Amino acid sequence: MSLATTYRISESRPWRWPDLARARWLSPVLLLVLWELGARAGVIPPRVLAAPSTVLETFWSLTASGELPTNLLVSLARAGAGLGIALVLATTLGLISGLSRWGETLVDPLMQIKRTIPVLALTPLFIVWFGIGETPKILLITVSATFPLYLNLFAGIRGVDVRLVEAARSFGLSGWSLVREVILPGALPSFFVGLRYALGISVLVLVIAEQINAQAGLGYLVNNARDFMRTDIIVVCLVVYALLGLGADALVRTLERKALAWRPSLVEQ
Amino acid sequence: MAAPQPRLRRPAVSRSTQTVEPAVKLVNFVRRFGDNTVIDGLDLSIAPGEFVALLGASGSGKTTLLRTLAGLDSAAGQDVKTPDTRAVVFQDARLLPWKKVWRNVALGLGGKDVRARAEAALKEVGLGHRLDAWPGTLSGGEAQRTALARALVREPGLLLLDEPFAALDALTRLKMHDLVLALWREHAPAVLLVTHDVDEAIALADRVLVLDKGRIAAEERIELERPRAPDARFQAIRRRLLGHLGVEAPAHSEGHLVAFPTGEVVL
Repeated sequence: MSLATTYRISESRPWRWPDLARARWLSPVLLLVLWELGARAGVIPPRVLAAPSTVLETFWSLTASGELPTNLLVSLARAGAGLGIALVLATTLGLISGLSRWGETLVDPLMQIKRTIPVLALTPLFIVWFGIGETPKILLITVSATFPLYLNLFAGIRGVDVRLVEAARSFGLSGWSLVREVILPGALPSFFVGLRYALGISVLVLVIAEQINAQAGLGYLVNNARDFMRTDIIVVCLVVYALLGLGADALVRTLERKALAWRPSLVEQ
Repeated sequence: MAAPQPRLRRPAVSRSTQTVEPAVKLVNFVRRFGDNTVIDGLDLSIAPGEFVALLGASGSGKTTLLRTLAGLDSAAGQDVKTPDTRAVVFQDARLLPWKKVWRNVALGLGGKDVRARAEAALKEVGLGHRLDAWPGTLSGGEAQRTALARALVREPGLLLLDEPFAALDALTRLKMHDLVLALWREHAPAVLLVTHDVDEAIALADRVLVLDKGRIAAEERIELERPRAPDARFQAIRRRLLGHLGVEAPAHSEGHLVAFPTGEVVL
């Protein structure tokens, strides 16, 4: 006790500069400060890029007026609808392809062909087919999110430990109960990888899809702002898109923590 | 025989296999994989409540035979009779890592009070305190005891043990031997234990079979009282069995730790 006290007294010394060697926030903050100073000094004109302070003000005013929340909800609904359909589609196809040789033969080549076509190149065709309403926007998201979900579920199902399947079979499980109790839980970790990819891609495709004559949504907000050279609004929307991506990742992490609680973690949390 | 037969609580060691309708019966059983004949005209019969150990080198067809009896390999068109309720304990416990311990034991169980039955089985193997643990947190011995509980909770007519103690350390193995014998006396299933370990086979079984090239090459009935001490009669059986396995070893040649149900550990 006395030793420790002595030690602490000898440790006390005059104020020093904090150790910034590990301060990862430093460079982004410096960039913001330079950006703000440049804008104030007139080096960066508002038509090129609005100052961070202006962006923040615009963010508040857009939020207060309800313009940002309303459009954000429209975008979220699009992404959600597209992703929801993709989930149903990918799970169905993944199960068909993962659980049977015939299913793989029939489904997998089509999915691989689909993968080679860049989704965004389908945009003109989708506009011809479905017009410029909500349908092509949602379907673009669906089509792009389906593949990562399908591929990872398929790989997950095929990667399930056959010894576990065999043990479960020896205890009388078969058919749907085997799928529900053994194969799907075994494929779940892989499925979550697919879900993460799919969420990221759907935000990306959302941006493009909303350029198609949108009457509402974040993309509409951006397009309008472009016409009036409101770089502050554009930056606000960029930040919101980034937050959407972060939010999607956090969502999957939470789901994973809950659903995969059984996994002994390699790295202590 | 109209009245149902009362369950045998304590199977006699030397009960004849001929007088009772056998639990397991294979006649001239053949199993081929392509050109490779793994099991070649095998005859086997196990009485209800009989403890049979199956010895054999790698590739002798032990696993194939066990898989057939477990119903994991099809035996279509062959003369194979097994009880309806069978349960396997594998060398690796094969617990589903995403199900809590009691749910693993309850896997595939129907009917009421599934949790209570699983709980009772786990208590019987001394794991009443790990009901809600994840299998990933169990030790090797605990996982194997869970696998035993999972097998016994279904009250199998035939219990198949596929080298269940091979991956355990010697002391855990010794405890598992005691546990298996106790459970066998309590539940009285017919048991087929596949093992590499001659001493384990002699210590546990009523009858030891030696499988070689897909046929039963030798059979040894163990008439010793349990618990079995490694006395002269034990050593004589051991020498004979090792001879059938093609090993000329009068005693343990190296520092091989062998456990007996009596609690002795012989080096």
